[in-house]
Amino acid sequence: MKRWTLWVPLALFALFCAFAGWQLSRPKDEFVESTMIGKALPEFDLRAATADRPALATRDFLDGKPRLLNVFASWCVPCAAEAPQLEALRRRGVDIVAVAIRDRPDDVAAFLARYGNPYSRIGADDLSEVQLEIGSSGVPETFVIDGKGIIRYQHIGDIRPGDVSMLLTKLEDVR
Amino acid sequence: MMAILRMLGILAALSILFVLPSRAQDSLPPAPFAYTQLSDPEQEAKAQALMETLRCLKCQSQSIADSDAPMAGDMRHQVRTRIAAGEDPEAIRAWLVDRYGDYVSYAPVVSETTWPLFVIPLLIVLLAGIVLWRRMRARG
Repeated sequence: MKRWTLWVPLALFALFCAFAGWQLSRPKDEFVESTMIGKALPEFDLRAATADRPALATRDFLDGKPRLLNVFASWCVPCAAEAPQLEALRRRGVDIVAVAIRDRPDDVAAFLARYGNPYSRIGADDLSEVQLEIGSSGVPETFVIDGKGIIRYQHIGDIRPGDVSMLLTKLEDVR
Repeated sequence: MMAILRMLGILAALSILFVLPSRAQDSLPPAPFAYTQLSDPEQEAKAQALMETLRCLKCQSQSIADSDAPMAGDMRHQVRTRIAAGEDPEAIRAWLVDRYGDYVSYAPVVSETTWPLFVIPLLIVLLAGIVLWRRMRARG
């Protein structure tokens, strides 16, 4: 046996320590990404989440027009933080529909009165059924849906000012 | 003595801050089968076994059986209603894995990304066995 082979275990251990140290120094990725990208929206037909916007169903996505599907809730703090960005997208001509997770009509109405209403339709998802169907793991999340009702992109977390142009590009890409 | 009392007062005031819910929660009641067991004990046992091996998406170190997050409750509702409808537990797991990837399941399966987890320990045991065997032979 050659002398240098004695060092192999130590070298392996050092390699392991370096790998562990590198992993520990990286922030943990808390997001569970949807694996539904490229797949069709599930069949659903939700009731209206608030009185002044129509309800939301799968057929509303099949008109050939790409749009954003925003998953939000009135009880979710970052959802309020992304409201100005959604409003900016709406002003750029983007159609935004929404699913309100585990929410009461009064609470949704109060939230929209306070932070603005960029949505053309809002469906109420009382049991998180649509959320689970599309692989969304929290609020807020925003999905790009193409004109055939296929999920094309998922944005996890609130939309920051820097994300607006990225989402516009994603929408343009699926047109 | 006064200083200690004052300190305790401050600590008590601080503890209230931690007791108050720090995260916004919804105001809807839990889903019907979030906390209600199925009436058929056999089905409930199946549902329970499955729920213990599904990861809560909001609180990733817990199973949905352990978590009080509203979303975990909604997932338990899905599991129980699907079991009650006669669906196979592994089909329900597959339904979730289709949507969230392997990560959602605590029962690991061999797949394109997970095979090293199964192969590497076998290789290490094999290697150790070979080294041991050669040493034994050298001695004997």
